[in-house]
Amino acid sequence: MELKNDALYMKSHEWVVIDGDTATVGISDFAQSELGDLVFVNLPEPGDEVTAGETFADVESVKAVSDIYSPVSGVIAEINEELLDAPELINENANDAWFIKVENVTEQADDLMAPEEYEAFCAEEE
Amino acid sequence: MLIFEKSRPGRGISALPKCDVDVYTLPEDDMRESDLHLPEMAEVDLSRHYTELAKKAHGVNDGFYPLGSCTMKYNPRVNERTASFEGFTQIHPLQPVDTVQGCLQVLKETEDALAAITGMSNFTLQPAAGAHGEFTGLLLIKAYHLANGDTQRRKIIVPDSAHGTNPASAVMAGMEVINVDSDEMGLVDVEKLREVCDGNDEIAGLMLTNPNTAGLFDPNIKEITDIIHACGGQCYYDGANLNAVMGWARPGDMGFDCVHLNLHKTFSTPHGGGGPGSGPVGCKEHLAKFMPGVYAVEKDGAYDFAKAEASLGEMKCFYGNFLVAVKALTYIKMLGKEGIPEASKNAVLNANYMMKKLSAVYDIAFKPEVCMHEFVMDIGRQAKETGVTAMDIAKGLLDNGIHPPTMYFPLTVHEALMAEPCETESKETLDWAIDVFIALNDLAYSDPEKLHQAPVKTPVTRLDEVGAARHPVLKYEFE
Amino acid sequence: MGTFVPNTKAQQQEMLQEIGYEKLDDLFAHIPDAVKFEGELDLPAGMSEMEVSKDMKKIAAKNKIFSSIFRGAGAYRHYIPAMVQHVTSNETLQTAYTPYQAEISQGVLQSIFEYQTMICDLTGMDVSNASVYDGGTAAGEAIAACRGRKAKKALVSATIQPSVMKVIETYCFGNEMELVVIPEKDGVTDVDALQSLMTDDTCCVLIQHPNYYGSLEPAAQIGEIAHSVKNCRYIMSVNPITLGTMKTPREYGADFAIGEGQPLGMAPAFGGPYLGFMASIDALKRNLPGRIVGQTTDHNGKTGYVLTLQAREQHIRREKASSNICSNQALCALTVGVYLASMGSEGLKEVATQCYSKAHYMAAELSRAGFDIENEEFFHEFVTKSDKDADAIMKALAEKGILGGLPLGDGRILWCCTEMNSKADIDEAVAIIKEVQ
Repeated sequence: MELKNDALYMKSHEWVVIDGDTATVGISDFAQSELGDLVFVNLPEPGDEVTAGETFADVESVKAVSDIYSPVSGVIAEINEELLDAPELINENANDAWFIKVENVTEQADDLMAPEEYEAFCAEEE
Repeated sequence: MLIFEKSRPGRGISALPKCDVDVYTLPEDDMRESDLHLPEMAEVDLSRHYTELAKKAHGVNDGFYPLGSCTMKYNPRVNERTASFEGFTQIHPLQPVDTVQGCLQVLKETEDALAAITGMSNFTLQPAAGAHGEFTGLLLIKAYHLANGDTQRRKIIVPDSAHGTNPASAVMAGMEVINVDSDEMGLVDVEKLREVCDGNDEIAGLMLTNPNTAGLFDPNIKEITDIIHACGGQCYYDGANLNAVMGWARPGDMGFDCVHLNLHKTFSTPHGGGGPGSGPVGCKEHLAKFMPGVYAVEKDGAYDFAKAEASLGEMKCFYGNFLVAVKALTYIKMLGKEGIPEASKNAVLNANYMMKKLSAVYDIAFKPEVCMHEFVMDIGRQAKETGVTAMDIAKGLLDNGIHPPTMYFPLTVHEALMAEPCETESKETLDWAIDVFIALNDLAYSDPEKLHQAPVKTPVTRLDEVGAARHPVLKYEFE
Repeated sequence: MGTFVPNTKAQQQEMLQEIGYEKLDDLFAHIPDAVKFEGELDLPAGMSEMEVSKDMKKIAAKNKIFSSIFRGAGAYRHYIPAMVQHVTSNETLQTAYTPYQAEISQGVLQSIFEYQTMICDLTGMDVSNASVYDGGTAAGEAIAACRGRKAKKALVSATIQPSVMKVIETYCFGNEMELVVIPEKDGVTDVDALQSLMTDDTCCVLIQHPNYYGSLEPAAQIGEIAHSVKNCRYIMSVNPITLGTMKTPREYGADFAIGEGQPLGMAPAFGGPYLGFMASIDALKRNLPGRIVGQTTDHNGKTGYVLTLQAREQHIRREKASSNICSNQALCALTVGVYLASMGSEGLKEVATQCYSKAHYMAAELSRAGFDIENEEFFHEFVTKSDKDADAIMKALAEKGILGGLPLGDGRILWCCTEMNSKADIDEAVAIIKEVQ
């Protein structure tokens, strides 16, 4: 698994890079490989609010659909529109394929893990 | 080749006479601007096109079809004959009641027969399919609770082994789903159910199929329906697996309040490549006044329409997929009171015979002593030892002219193959199929790559589903 | 008794022995006594094929087949080319299951792909699903597909077919969307009323065009009003025969085109099976319920077809799916495909032209006979009003084997003509009607 060193991780396999009161959110390399070939991403709209620990998007593979949870609370500033046309970008490089950028971050999920900790967590899950 | 690529302007069939009145002109503003691109075909080419398509399909008449929970029994030809009588096909749904006495008789006789088989008091033939029947049944339950002033009863209990339509139907009916895990036999965990239900006045009801998707009859069924009733809920029977128990156990006697059946499974009407089916819904007396649509009543040999006093509405236009009911009634009339239980008996015999023989090389999920109409093979061991999955075995079956069992269902078994042979298969067919299954297991251990590559004898090999979903091509593009 | 069990008694016994049981009944011994059914099912005794054929024929004979039909109102008698029945009674296509195993289902999948293409071509839409149960359920499903997180109000015109309205009501009783009926004015949707009903939480506007009375709606104008609210979708329910000559829903600005597919090759059959078609613009394809077939390639690069965009559907999304539909009306979709391929573009135009030309001829004749025609512009259905007793008219026509229009009350009758009604038939009917006092 390729870890994203500047990120924190959720147990539900999302990563978040927090910078002051803004945050960038994606899913982990481990998650993309478990989910298999992704065929669609259902993203919210800029301006929508997200809440730490609650779902804000879902990703589809041919045979499954999985919810994506937000590691922070705040307002969506931007979504990665590229993913809508090319969900394969997530499979190719999950660490670069961010889903949303959040501003006015007010809260973080309380179970966020550092990269090494997350790696150990995944090893246990396997 | 697509039919559009075969089209040549100037060809066509001679279907209509010339217009014998003056041609009227509609307002220019409402006339079509874009061109039409419907095929222009000579009749001979049309005939060949569809003959070619039929050769690239597989129906029950083409070979063994042990698709679990789908009851792919033989579809008797006499059904097709009776459903093609002009006295049925040429009847307008809004004809005066005295000119549709035969249609009403079909509705009445079918409703009565289904009620007798299930132990219900009333039936509606309006729902068009199983999922539509589920939706109807849940609306009945909703209407019942609302009439009692129980607006808070919005939670529907669905076991984790249930068909995906169950939770989706619940949501369409405005209800919230509570999943209850099964026990180690894949049956309802009675203690867990009790925990969820006891004193819970938010429970609207339970959706259950019995026998369940693993082909097991729940020995606690009466206790289960009692628990639901004790907390004020209603019990809904998903009739997907009724073919196992006709004449042996009736949903009504098990404590269910309403039920849907699939005429295209249990009552031998063809699946048509995915429809039209028919999903009649039956209920007990306390729900009858909420039934949708109209039903037939008879008085002194004359038939009439009747409507339930607090009917929840209409599930679809008119009276359901009428011609499907004609086929099912034809089947019921042929089998009669002796033949219906006989069908179930042989469905169960065939399933147990196949299960027993296959258990020599395949693990049977939940290891039941005896199954009902179907059983689940767990390919987990083969997958671990050889890399050959349930999917690979299924594709290997295709090369042998057998339609595979249902794959990856129930979700509670990871490498599931759910097989339902049906009563209309002979011992010879079963023995041959068993040999094929066993040979594929051998192949998994001797040459797994061959199975990964299967099928090779079909019109196409495995298709790129990921590409299809990522960049959808959903119609032919005209130049 | 009839049976379709091939195993002989001897074989059944042999099989039982091999699995360690004595009698067939032993296989049911584990069913608890408390729920075991004892005794005989309350059904008649079984019969031979000959007896059942005869019995069903007798029942069918109790129905009256009208040689001439002037009634539509949601079910229409059109000419069905012989090819249609020939293809749809093919045993393989008829007895196949839903095409989950794509490698052996290319015939069924291709027929659906061709159907989807034809529906898109007719309606001008980008994407069609593989069909739903009928026109009524298509309307119920389309409204549910428009539901927004906050926008739950659906506006539906009072001029749609009443039985479709009832189905919509039922679907909304289930999903608890707010259903508001747009009133009618002079037999068409009241656009001023529609304007005033539009609010931010309106998720869709649904009309039928031509409407229940056969009249042409101000469809383009209604589309503009619908789109005046953000994310509000415009659903047009259309009779597919009209699309041979009339503007497509796309050209009127619709987001969803839906309707009853029965006129495209299905017999009236006392109401079913029929087919509901549903198509949308590309941006809304993931909101469509039901099966959708897509084109792809196999391992060797050969073109093939699969069920696709499946993550929208109930078997994957379970309680998060917006619809529970899992079958389509595949054999009816095949029927539509064969019908449209038999008629071709020119044939469908001819059907449409004959339908409205004959309807206008009949309307003119009835008008000369003293009936008021209520419609301004209409396609192949129209409403008359007169002092003559509608029931007496129906009775007089029925005596000559003619099914008259549908009485709507107050001396109003909804008539329909198709290519099946010859000038002579129309003249005969009008002559009979004239005689009624």
